[in-house]
Amino acid sequence: MLEALRAIVARDLLLALRRSSDVGTALLFFVIVASLIPLGVGPEPNLLRAIAPGVIWIAALLASMLSLPRLFAADHADGTLEQMLLGAAPLGAVVAAKVLAHWLVTGLPLAAIAPVIALQYDLPAPLFGVLAVSLLLGTPVLSLIGAIGAALTLGLRGGGALLALLVLPLCVPVLILGAGSVDMAAAGQGAATHLMLLGALLLAAAALAPWAVAAAVRIALE
Amino acid sequence: MLEAAELECERGGRRLFHSLSFTLRAGGLLRVSGANGSGKTSLLRILCGLLPPARGEVRWNGERIRELREDYSGQLIYIGHAPSIKDDLTAAENLDIACRLSGRVLDEARLQGALREFGIEEKDIFVKRLSQGQRRRAALARLALSAGSPLWLLDEPFAALDADAARLLEDAVAAHVARGGLVVYSTHQESRIGGRLISLDA
Repeated sequence: MLEALRAIVARDLLLALRRSSDVGTALLFFVIVASLIPLGVGPEPNLLRAIAPGVIWIAALLASMLSLPRLFAADHADGTLEQMLLGAAPLGAVVAAKVLAHWLVTGLPLAAIAPVIALQYDLPAPLFGVLAVSLLLGTPVLSLIGAIGAALTLGLRGGGALLALLVLPLCVPVLILGAGSVDMAAAGQGAATHLMLLGALLLAAAALAPWAVAAAVRIALE
Repeated sequence: MLEAAELECERGGRRLFHSLSFTLRAGGLLRVSGANGSGKTSLLRILCGLLPPARGEVRWNGERIRELREDYSGQLIYIGHAPSIKDDLTAAENLDIACRLSGRVLDEARLQGALREFGIEEKDIFVKRLSQGQRRRAALARLALSAGSPLWLLDEPFAALDADAARLLEDAVAAHVARGGLVVYSTHQESRIGGRLISLDA
C-alpha cells in the first residue's frame, strides 16, 4: 500500500515537472497579484507594512484556488482516477497522496517565495520567518479543503468558478490565523498561539479531509 | 468465484437491466453483449465495484465486494473505455505506475517485455505521440503482468485494435482462462474467443 502511495506522489510530481507551465502559472499569479497592490495603494511604507501580511495571504489563497480544478480533473478525464479507486490502497490514502503532491508543487513554492514578496512591503526581516512558517502550515490546509471542493465539482461544467465559491468561505479561518500570526509578531506579542492554532487546523484537516474527498470522488465516478 | 445475484441497474431514471444473475467459476469466460446503451459498461462497472447496483449484489468467493473493497479490487484488472494512461508519461512509465497502484513493483525488463508482447517497441516515447490503437495496446499490456489478478474485466477490449492486436488479446485471454483465471468482457461484435453469453438486449 505504501508503494502505491509513493508511486502516486512520484507520478504527480513527474507530471508537474513535464507540464511545468501549469505549476508556474499559479506561482507567477501569486507574484503578480502581490506586486500589483503596492502599485495600486501607493508607496507609503507604514501603510504597506501594515497591509503586507493580509495581502500576501490573500494572494496565496487566490493562487492556490487557481491550481485546484486540475487536481482531479485530468485523472478523471483519462480514466486513471478509476484505476486509483481500484488500486491496492484505500481511496482516502490515495487522495491524501495526491493532495501532498499538489501541495509540494503549489503551496511549498509559495511559502518559499513569500519572504521575497515581503521585501516589497518593507516587512521587517525578523517577520519573514513567521510569514514563511504560517504559509507552510496554512497552505496544506488550503490544499486539503480545496481538494474537497475539487472532488465535489468533478465533471461539472464551469466547475472552476463554483469551486472557488465553495472553498473560499471555508478558508476564512486559515486566512485569519495566517495573516494574524504575522500581525501578532509585528506587534511584539509572539505568533506562537496563532501558529499553534494553524497547526491544529492542519492536523484536523489532514485527518478528516481525505475521507470527505474520497466520498466525493466515489460519487463523481458512479 | 464471481457471483452476481439479482442485479438491477438504473441510469438516468431508466432501468437498463434487472434480475441478472450468474456465477463464474475459475477458468470461466463470460461475454456480455448488447446494443449500444444496453448497459454493458454499467454491468462491468458494477462488477468491479465502481458503481453500486440499484438492487442485488456481487460476491467474490462468497463475500460481498462492498465489504471487501481493496481486498477485492486488488484481485482484478479493469480496463474500461478510457485508456487509463497519462499522455505526458511514456508507455513504460504508465505500465510501471499501473502495477505499483495494484501493489506490485516490477523491474524494467519485465515492463519492457510486457510492452513488447503487445507490440509497443517505442518504449521511451510519450503516449501523446502514439496512435489510438497503440495507446490501447499500451493499456492492454497490463494484462501481460497480471500474475496475482485472477479476475479480468474488459470493457470493449477490441475497440480500436487492428487484427494483430486483436489476436494478441485473444491469445492472452485464452491463456489466462487456461491458467484458471476469470474473464468478463463486453463486445458488440462477434469475437473468436467466445465464452458464455449474457445478452442485455431485452
